[in-house]
Amino acid sequence: MRGLRRRPREDLGPRMTPRDLVAESVAGLLARPARVGLTVLGTVIGVGALVATLGLSKTAGNQIVGRFDALAATDVVVTPAARAGGSSARVIPWDAEARLRRLNGVVAAGTLGDVDLRGELVRSVPVNDPLVAGAVQLPMKAASPGLFQAVRAQVSAGRLFDRGHSQRADRVLVLGRNAARRLGVDRLDQQPAVFVGDRLFSVIGLVDEVARQPSLLGSAVMPQGTARREFGLAAPRLAQVETAIGAVELIGRQAPVALSPSNPRLLRVAAPPDPRQLRGEVQEDLNALFLLLGGVSLLVGAIGIANVTLVSVLERVGEIGLRRALGASRRHIAAQFLLESTAMGLAGGVIGASAGTLVIVAVSAGNTWTPVLDPWVPLGAPLLGAVIGLLSGTYPSLRAAALEPIEALRAGT
Amino acid sequence: MRRPSLRGPLVLGAAGAVETWRPTGGPAGAPAAVELRGVGRTFGTDPPVVALRDVDLTIAHGDSLAIVGPSGSGKSTLLNILSCLDRQTSGTYLFDGIDVGELDDDRRAVLRAHRIGFVFQSFNLLAHRTVLDNVALAEVYRGAPREGRRERALEALDKVGMTHRADFLPTRLSGGEMQRVAIARALTGDPTLMLCDEPTGNLDSANTASVLGLFDDLGELGLTIVLVTHEDDVAAHARRQVRIVDGRASEAGA
Repeated sequence: MRGLRRRPREDLGPRMTPRDLVAESVAGLLARPARVGLTVLGTVIGVGALVATLGLSKTAGNQIVGRFDALAATDVVVTPAARAGGSSARVIPWDAEARLRRLNGVVAAGTLGDVDLRGELVRSVPVNDPLVAGAVQLPMKAASPGLFQAVRAQVSAGRLFDRGHSQRADRVLVLGRNAARRLGVDRLDQQPAVFVGDRLFSVIGLVDEVARQPSLLGSAVMPQGTARREFGLAAPRLAQVETAIGAVELIGRQAPVALSPSNPRLLRVAAPPDPRQLRGEVQEDLNALFLLLGGVSLLVGAIGIANVTLVSVLERVGEIGLRRALGASRRHIAAQFLLESTAMGLAGGVIGASAGTLVIVAVSAGNTWTPVLDPWVPLGAPLLGAVIGLLSGTYPSLRAAALEPIEALRAGT
Repeated sequence: MRRPSLRGPLVLGAAGAVETWRPTGGPAGAPAAVELRGVGRTFGTDPPVVALRDVDLTIAHGDSLAIVGPSGSGKSTLLNILSCLDRQTSGTYLFDGIDVGELDDDRRAVLRAHRIGFVFQSFNLLAHRTVLDNVALAEVYRGAPREGRRERALEALDKVGMTHRADFLPTRLSGGEMQRVAIARALTGDPTLMLCDEPTGNLDSANTASVLGLFDDLGELGLTIVLVTHEDDVAAHARRQVRIVDGRASEAGA
């Protein structure tokens, strides 16, 4: 019999269209704009802190790696290990430069040694300039020809020495910027000469700038072969390598073997840590701290929403009673309050994600960084806010739904 | 006469296809709007407080009834049972022929949404919603589409003469105007029964007279009205008066 009759709408159970549910919830929120705004603020701060943290740590990490690539990521320095007797050990061979050049991934290589002048002073000739101290104590270094390229030396005048100078043990010097100033040498067109003790050296070049081994700027540098013959240099103190980008690890492993095949452990390699690993570490440090901060803010925001929704329920007991009298089921009441709290969380998430992104952009602009942000962060943040609103609203909504309509009507006005 | 909105008895789900009714009052073959048989209501168990005892009451469609009595006599309890907000502890309550006692909470909510209009002593209007929104709220829990809702709400406002206040907030209205809006809300959707709980309790004499005049007009139009009051001159506007004393009902002039 029932099948023959068209069931009236009212027989389908309690009904409320989704549109009405949304409209009632929105109206409920708009009725108390100031309170809703303050409540949302908690979530805004929490989500904003999270988004800014994730973005800034990624941006900063990216920045560190960027600087890294420029110079440090191609830098390998090989020195004798402590067990080999430290810097005086004769572990680095004279032909280190040639051996290193053979490795794939080495852009430039050279050796550097300290020449012991045994107290002999250095002075420039032939001009006796009263403004220049006649004889000075000057650090004297011996280098293989490739070293200048490996330290990215910039020549301001003259030329650098080459293999021929070294093999012939020519008495030539290249002066660093500061050493040249001390000796009063500022131009080479007069073919200046320098006495080292009683030996006369020609100055063939001036170096203005180096990217590595900055002590070169204060030193006079002679060819390695000259230092061996004239001053009895025992062995280079270090080998400096510039690698191709990305080859640092490889060369760091291969260089000791190339220089000391019988006992590579006598050599110590100073190479920068793997940039990728470094970036990871930097991010982890920052993230751990700020994620905690963001998490705490979110928790506070969640408690705020729960609190305000609960207060709102208690305040609106009369309204709940009225709605029940008008035919709302418990589900309708719960759904409305749940939707209100979820909407607050969602709004907090959207505003927080926007604010966090602005912070990232502002900080990046201030530091001339490139802002970097995972796309899922600003997209996921509103969702996170909504989930927080939903969870926070659960208990107050259940309280609202549990109210008995008679008592609610009696209590409310 | 049957009001046009009453399209046959409710067909109920598994809770029971109850179509038990007795043709008392109203046209032959149609159930009464309200029929109480031996209805009682007891609160608590230790000791039990009897609020209503053995009430028999039949209200035909189009009738108007005043429930009077001193405070604490059980008037409100009777009204709560009539409104399906509370359940009797004994006896049978047939609403439009439906045994309401057999319905679960959800079905009773549906019944309220579609067939019962409420008017409260304190109006119970939402302060932040316009008069029109407040009236339209009556349709929200019917699952009805929004199309035509505004027109229907305006129509209800027209019946109480409040269309000129449709876009006002209730806080800007006088008490009498607020009660008229509340009546418009109760009228929306042509309910079987309009229940009024002390509808003039918060009104001055002029507004009381105006609201009672409105009730008279609605009664003339065939609306079934039950109003609870402790004022005899208010009760006099209803065709029938039922006095409740200590939970027992007795009809004046019966």
